[in-house]
Amino acid sequence: MTRNLSEMNDNGEYPRAYVYRRIVSAKLFIDEHFGEKIDLDNISDEAFFSKFHFIRIFTNCYNKTPHQYLSFVRIEKAKLLLKTGMPAALACYAVGFESVSSFTGLFKRVTGQTPSAFRITHGERSASIAREPLKFIPNCFAEKNGWRKVGQ
Amino acid sequence: MITKMNHVSVFVLDQDSAYEFYVNKLGFNVHTDAPMGPGMRWLTVCPPEQPALEIALMSIDEGMMFNKDSAQQMRSLVSKGTFGFGVFECDNLLVTYEELKAKGVEFTKAPTREFYGFEALFKDDSGNWFSLGEKSA
Repeated sequence: MTRNLSEMNDNGEYPRAYVYRRIVSAKLFIDEHFGEKIDLDNISDEAFFSKFHFIRIFTNCYNKTPHQYLSFVRIEKAKLLLKTGMPAALACYAVGFESVSSFTGLFKRVTGQTPSAFRITHGERSASIAREPLKFIPNCFAEKNGWRKVGQ
Repeated sequence: MITKMNHVSVFVLDQDSAYEFYVNKLGFNVHTDAPMGPGMRWLTVCPPEQPALEIALMSIDEGMMFNKDSAQQMRSLVSKGTFGFGVFECDNLLVTYEELKAKGVEFTKAPTREFYGFEALFKDDSGNWFSLGEKSA
């Protein structure tokens, strides 16, 4: 039997929907403003929670503290920038780190590579895709799309 | 013995729009994005924790794969929401539901506790539908 969130309130919403919305809103704020100096205290204020309450619920929702999540987003965005060929120091500041050494240390801990090494590895892959895209496409798809002749 | 699936196709109406949906709304990573000549592009994305499964976002255009009639029929079927391509998983369905809704993703079924699990249904920007389930403990 289907139970459409039997605990729904009179407004047709599941319990604590407003809490999740506030946490999501804080998370989306981090997603959008990761490159700026973010004061996590302000985010908890924006979410109408005490700092302690905010950190506890955020961590419960995303399995990371807000600070850990901010660092995670910054590293993920830095990876994207490095893949475009951006120099490591520029990527560091673009994603909101204030020190190249702390950025490099965290990046290496997370990815196993320094930002520069990561940039070179992915630069080579991008160049290879541009040069020989068919090496990255299963033959059946390439043939079906007419990018490679059957049996070629 | 087959051990894994590493590529799957999802037919989309517009690859630029699909990129925006799958990457910027769902949060998937681009695996390969290669121009393949005028009007053609090989675009694959992966769910963040499943980098070995490439989802090929295949444009439905008249060409080698579809003749004019087939392309028209396929586009019509996709936009009508005929096809369901799979089940995605998340850690917390209510949180993910609120986040995707805030990003403008259209849900056709709110999170619902079924006998087989906790699930919601959403549509991509073309009309393909997916189930979204919560990882069981």
